[in-house]
Amino acid sequence: MREGLQGPAPEERPHPTGRRNGQGIRIDPETEAEPDTRRTVLSALVKNEPGVLAKISGLVSRRQFNIESLTVGTTTNPETSRVTVVIEESEPGIRQVETQLAKLVNVISVRELGDDAVGRELVVLKVHGDEPDKVHAVTEMYGGTTLHAGRDTITIEITGDEQTVDDAVDAYQQFGVRELARTGQTALARGGEWTTYAEEERYERMQTQPETNDD
Amino acid sequence: MSEGQPPQRAADEAEPEPAAADRTDEESRSPVTTGAESVVRALERAGVEQLFGVQGGAIMPVYDALYDADLRHVTMAHEQGAAHAADAFGIVSGEPGVCLATSGPGATNLVTGIADASMDSDPMIALTGQVPSEMVGSDAFQETDTTGVTAPVTKENYFADSADSIGDTVGEAFALAGAGRQGPTLVDLPKDITTGPTETEPDEGRTPDTYNPPEAADESAVEEAAGVLARADKPVILAGGGVIKGEASAELYEFATEYGIPVVTTMPAIGAFPEDHDLALEMAGMHGTGYANMAITHCDVLFAVGTRFDDRLTGGVETFAPEAQVIHADIDAAEISKNIHADHPLLGDAGTVIEQVGEALAEERAADMAATGERFAEWREQCRGWKEDYPMDYVAPDDAPLKPQFVVEAVDEATADDTVVTTGVGQHQMWACQYWTYTQPRTWVSSHGLGTMGYGLPAAIGARVAADAVASKKQRADGEAVDDDQSVVCFDGDGSFLMTLQELAVAVRENLDITVFVLNNEGIGMVRQWQDGFFEGRRMASEYPWMPDFATLAEAFGARGFRMEGYDEVEETIEEALAYDGPSIVDAQIDPDENVYPMVPSGGANGQFVLAEEQL
Ligand SMILES: Cc1ncc(C[n+]2csc(CCOP(=O)(O)OP(=O)(O)O)c2C)c(N)n1
Repeated sequence: MREGLQGPAPEERPHPTGRRNGQGIRIDPETEAEPDTRRTVLSALVKNEPGVLAKISGLVSRRQFNIESLTVGTTTNPETSRVTVVIEESEPGIRQVETQLAKLVNVISVRELGDDAVGRELVVLKVHGDEPDKVHAVTEMYGGTTLHAGRDTITIEITGDEQTVDDAVDAYQQFGVRELARTGQTALARGGEWTTYAEEERYERMQTQPETNDD
Repeated sequence: MSEGQPPQRAADEAEPEPAAADRTDEESRSPVTTGAESVVRALERAGVEQLFGVQGGAIMPVYDALYDADLRHVTMAHEQGAAHAADAFGIVSGEPGVCLATSGPGATNLVTGIADASMDSDPMIALTGQVPSEMVGSDAFQETDTTGVTAPVTKENYFADSADSIGDTVGEAFALAGAGRQGPTLVDLPKDITTGPTETEPDEGRTPDTYNPPEAADESAVEEAAGVLARADKPVILAGGGVIKGEASAELYEFATEYGIPVVTTMPAIGAFPEDHDLALEMAGMHGTGYANMAITHCDVLFAVGTRFDDRLTGGVETFAPEAQVIHADIDAAEISKNIHADHPLLGDAGTVIEQVGEALAEERAADMAATGERFAEWREQCRGWKEDYPMDYVAPDDAPLKPQFVVEAVDEATADDTVVTTGVGQHQMWACQYWTYTQPRTWVSSHGLGTMGYGLPAAIGARVAADAVASKKQRADGEAVDDDQSVVCFDGDGSFLMTLQELAVAVRENLDITVFVLNNEGIGMVRQWQDGFFEGRRMASEYPWMPDFATLAEAFGARGFRMEGYDEVEETIEEALAYDGPSIVDAQIDPDENVYPMVPSGGANGQFVLAEEQL
């Protein structure tokens, strides 16, 4: 005769007191807190192949990562591109973006740049042309360039770190900003430090074997 | 971005030795003249001997090239069947299964099967026809953006853009599917490229140079992990599907038995460790055994290998192994700390890492006079106690309706240990997990991550073809006859069976020896169980007011059909159905109100599994 499932009911069993948080990290109930998010820049060196950008953006949207900006452009090697991603995530989230990006077959290497990375962003904006002198003064102050000055509008280019660009845009608000286009950040590691190991390796290789330049 | 480049080959990489048999074949082969021939040649070079597919306009050039090739093509009734069959082929044989489809509807019909393989990290390659390059993007007849549609569900996909490189692309896709963390790859083949002229013989398929899965884990990390294990009082090994994918079952066995550490498996890892072993606690998670879930909940060190900590395994993460330090070995860095934080990550191949930790632990043990294994004796006793406290059992009266668990046990009893079991998705799938004793890897074939109803029958076809292929390969290698009568059985639900039963035509046409047990509860039982438990018994759309007679249906297809109602018919019917050399269907009339327990309500705590509906 079969007796069916036996055993103490759920509430009659011993239960451990430990817990994990939403990220699966074991927590001390006393100090429990959701991890803070932080803003950081990831630099990915990718193969310059059709569809790479679609794969990266698909990965990002699919996994609901919080992307602030994403820029792409070629590098010293025409076969590779650099993708610069600015994200705002918790620590485990940042590691996930990094490892998921690294996992893509067309991605050669990924690295989180430190706080000291040299990052720049460009904005092109168009303001009303009623007070050209004042506009010009603001442009000078932010080291910008006037790209076009017409009767009705003035178009300006500002390059700088994100904060500078934000401040400049703010300053132009007094003239009425008609429209603007920002690029998002692009960045390199500071000083002698290499942004990706793959580029360092290639550079070294080219120093010793210049004939393989065009690989 | 620039035009696509053919995959780069590292010049200094050693050319792998082609098998002796292939070499003579290759010499006698005529040179390739078209892209399609190059595709077929690439498959042959990769060692492919069988494929599953459905014909169609855009893929016709490839099929035409197959006409002269020495490959077994199994024509499926539906492309979903082709994908599931290829997936199951990969699971049973360990080699990527191949499926083919035409463009548009053919390709989209593959998608469920590709997604299924992707969720379970099964090695598989899909080849899809595509409209000619100049028509791509014009909404041409039978056009779909196949690489776009499948990007989220493939490990990598390719759009072939030249006849000269098409063979290498296929070779790379094949190699990639089986390397590192396995998964499905896809190559989309525009018709002008497959018909296009080329004399380029494809190279031996290689993974791209940007793909470098780790082999052995970092030594200092290994030592640290071994130290943690050695100091544990209540360790558990959690084996995931990666143990089977990485052919690490032997290493797992060696390790667990050497140190006397209890083993829990995830669902994809069923068969990775013999379930009849004293240390086996079987499957954990939503419908896992009570003892596996107790062990997971109370352990102090969890040595997890090749698992992605799916939510059906963990339940609510807050209460998953809440007091355990987690050692997580995986070949995919992105799995580390994705769902459960890894205190001690070990990146590497499953078998290699288990061996590394084993060696480091041996040193620990030599250093520490107290033998590690002895230290765990009390914990093992505790686990054994839980096995006694929470035995897997069901109530079975003497007459009809049949209890499904009884049917599963009876088939297990009537078949050999190496029998391959495939399933659909639902209650029957869980009973097939719970009441069958798996003792060997690659004998459990199911849809875990995606949970695809209709998986069972096409998977049985793929598994049958794989089992025969493995046997004949072995025979060729050893030069002597091998036991090639490994059985393949499928436990299906009536709802799941209805989703892909057209593949029965294929099983009959190919005379495949498979036995399907439809655990017929005249409804979609798992949904009904949840409605009864969580929706106040409001059985919306979960009971079928009318069911075809599956036995007669089987006969109409040319298969053998059986119907089974009472306990007195079970043994004889099973025997007859198994004895039939070809496909047979057993319509087993089971208790429509039987439910699957134990159960961890979704998001609940594993240690709070309920044993009956009253406890929900
Ligand atoms: C393709 C698909 N559609 C819907 C579901 C949702 N679903 C999960 S289990 C289940 C019931 C399965 O019924 P059946 O195959 O008869 O098996 P049983 O639970 O009765 O054993 C359903 C509808 C699914 N898993 N797959």
